Amino acid sequence: MSQEIKYILESLLFVASDPLSIEQMKRVVNVSESRVIREALKALGEEYEARGGAFFLKAVAGGYQIRTRPEYGPWIKRLLQPAPVRLSKAAMETLAIVAYKQPVIRSDIEHIRGVDCGGVLRMLMEKKLIRVLGRKALPGRPLIYGTTRQFLEVFELKDLTELPAPEEVEGPETPRQGPEQLSFPEPGTAEKSPGEPHQAKKA
Amino acid sequence: MGEDVYRVKLTDIFEGPMDLLLFLIKKNEVNIYDIPIALITDQYLEYLEKMREMNIDIAGEFIVMAATLAHIKSKMLLPVHEETEEAGEDPRLEITRPLEEYMRIKAAAERLESRHILGEDTFVRRLDNKDMLPDTQEEWVQVDLFELIDAFQRILKNISPDKRMDLTADRISVRDRISQLVDILERRHSITFDALFEENADRTMIVVTFLALLEMVRLALIRIYQQADTGIIRIFYQ
Repeated sequence: MSQEIKYILESLLFVASDPLSIEQMKRVVNVSESRVIREALKALGEEYEARGGAFFLKAVAGGYQIRTRPEYGPWIKRLLQPAPVRLSKAAMETLAIVAYKQPVIRSDIEHIRGVDCGGVLRMLMEKKLIRVLGRKALPGRPLIYGTTRQFLEVFELKDLTELPAPEEVEGPETPRQGPEQLSFPEPGTAEKSPGEPHQAKKA
Repeated sequence: MGEDVYRVKLTDIFEGPMDLLLFLIKKNEVNIYDIPIALITDQYLEYLEKMREMNIDIAGEFIVMAATLAHIKSKMLLPVHEETEEAGEDPRLEITRPLEEYMRIKAAAERLESRHILGEDTFVRRLDNKDMLPDTQEEWVQVDLFELIDAFQRILKNISPDKRMDLTADRISVRDRISQLVDILERRHSITFDALFEENADRTMIVVTFLALLEMVRLALIRIYQQADTGIIRIFYQ
């Protein structure tokens, strides 16, 4: 039976575009105990790990989602040619401030970054990574910003508590140059390379 | 040509005064808790001068920071009076604290960016749900302000006359209405224009709702479309 539930869930996760919550899965499978779903998901996740294939099961944005492993990103990008998601340094800093300080108003963000952030905030809103939570009872009634569910999905976070804890600053050497590039095999060099595709060109 | 290259580089490197300050601190390998303020101030001003020579517009924020540095530098030169309240505080804390905060955020931003990013590193199966929904034939057009006002007039007409002059003390503000609407849209993603106006709503509520919608469009929180066939106006959460 639990075997069955595991694969029912797999089929649901396969067709769902958004992360599926335990509640949603409980409703479809018609079980009352979350534990049953959790155990089946755990088993499914372990199966993916053991197989070591293209997918992994991830808890994101209050639900679960099947995602492709980062190793295969370069190939997928050749197929789909998605619009680049990566943000500029300014946008990443602004987003980090909103994420860690939310609910936060624009002047607080600008205070930390020392520059005007209006344009960046607007862009982050357009990308649906942040949203307006309301207005603060201050002169000028400034907008209050917070992150969205989309933010959790994009950055592979289960919820806001999963944000990596900001580290303490000790000296000038502390701000590490974070991993600039994840060590993916270059398309064409690894053995899983799909043939010898030419460099993708956008029309 | 050479100048152009520099121009791009400089603006790329320094997002703002904090960024420049941090760059100088790292370059000189000094501790942010013991900043040689005279040295850093001089170098900071040198950089501003260089930027000016290269015709880079220097944002006002850079000048403010220069003033702050100069102010701290002058404070450092003054003899410390035991009696004054701030005697014990290092004047440099004025920039050390924001620097600390900025470095923390920079580190946090870098760590966020190093995660596996959806749409960049990892991907999900995106099912084109639209094909499975029955109303794929429906066509939506963007409505202009006048159509919105027409719809608004229609709703005003529908309210009973005795409701029209009902002056009540506790009115809902546009701000509160926006957060209510956001809550509704968070849950439903989209809603028809008419559904937002309850039948027994008073005039204030209707006006406030309308103003809230306009404000939300301005803030790019929502998009409003009108269906080509039925004329139904629908509000979509961005």
